Amino acid sequence: MTSPSNASDAAVFEAFAGIPALLDQTPALILRGRTLDCECLLGPMDQPFHASIRGGRIVDLTPAPVLMRSWRFSYRASSKAWAEYWKPVPRPGWHDLLALTKREEAVLEGDLHPFMVHLQYFKDVLALPRLPHPAVSS
Amino acid sequence: MTGHIEPMVGRYVHVEIDGETHRIYFEENGAGLPLVCLHTAGSDGRQWRHLLADEALAKKFRIIAFDMPWHGKSNPPASWTGEEYRLTTARYTQTIRAFCKALALDKPVVMGCSIGGRIVLNLAIEHAGEFRALIGLEAADFQAAWYDTSWLHRPDVHGGEICAALVSGLIAPQSPDASRRETLWCYMQSGPGVFKGDLYFYRVDGDLRGRVEEIDTGACPLYLLTGEYDFSCTPDDTRRTAAAIKGASVSIMEQLGHFPMSENHEQFRRYIAPVLNQILKQSISDKQGEYR
Repeated sequence: MTSPSNASDAAVFEAFAGIPALLDQTPALILRGRTLDCECLLGPMDQPFHASIRGGRIVDLTPAPVLMRSWRFSYRASSKAWAEYWKPVPRPGWHDLLALTKREEAVLEGDLHPFMVHLQYFKDVLALPRLPHPAVSS
Repeated sequence: MTGHIEPMVGRYVHVEIDGETHRIYFEENGAGLPLVCLHTAGSDGRQWRHLLADEALAKKFRIIAFDMPWHGKSNPPASWTGEEYRLTTARYTQTIRAFCKALALDKPVVMGCSIGGRIVLNLAIEHAGEFRALIGLEAADFQAAWYDTSWLHRPDVHGGEICAALVSGLIAPQSPDASRRETLWCYMQSGPGVFKGDLYFYRVDGDLRGRVEEIDTGACPLYLLTGEYDFSCTPDDTRRTAAAIKGASVSIMEQLGHFPMSENHEQFRRYIAPVLNQILKQSISDKQGEYR
């Protein structure tokens, strides 16, 4: 595992690691993802996590790299992008996962089918650190 | 009767488009200058319900919103046998002009959003003399693609869910939750492939780069208003477009996204009411000129 390189990266890394617990407290979101079982790679560009999703819950979140671990799709963004995305009121152009890919602060790769089928679910899961208070300042 | 009845009335008008009768649903309210409102791709005229119910504006304008064929309560025409729906620049232009003609509107103001904003530019290029003023919301001559539209219509992806989820990020974070949900609800209800078919016009057929320079705002005033949170048609896309059109008015709307009229009417009103008042003032001044 690579360690986050500075305080801002560390804060993003820590906030990301807290997403499964936040999701467990959000039953409506779990319900929306109830048919989703997927292995994916999510998080900061240089320090992403392998996420195992079962029935809409993140049952395992392990920092990459993990030897020979497969994933179907990957959504990774710069630490700055996550910090901006998680602001209580994000700035224009930093407020949506696909706004971030359009401005090239994030990359979406692999087999996109599970991501697109559950697009609103992923937008909301990955926004969880925004609630109820900002987790990271930039 | 105790229930509140909203002032707009919905009816059907038979409109001849490309030699075939189309049954077009429209809602209207008010009296005065005709103001025809065009909905976004993959949605319908319900987006304009707040404007339609705006008491002050309805005293000065006959506000009309219609559902394009294949959208809302305007069914596909009888000749349709299930082939892929694709909106073209020519077809869209023809539909708007035919609708205005069917209602015998005298030099209406046309206000369109997104694809409606794009087609307003084409109306300004090709038919400026038919309109009193043109208003493009979230309008540009072209904008860069940010997703592959083939995801919008395939059997292994729910069309309603994907259409709504894709556009959800175009709504400003400040917009009220109920309005956000209502805006997305219309996207969830669009017919299979209709949003994708509208985007054929937006992405492929309706590129107006190199043509907007022809617009004569002396013949018909043009107003462009874009929400700061619209990352599909960005404020820079609108500014670039306006820079090529002499006399075009530009306004960037704070705390609004791609659906100003439906995502936050109160905020939208702060920007659109002065524009409509200016058009009204100009219209009165033009009339007084005629009488002199």
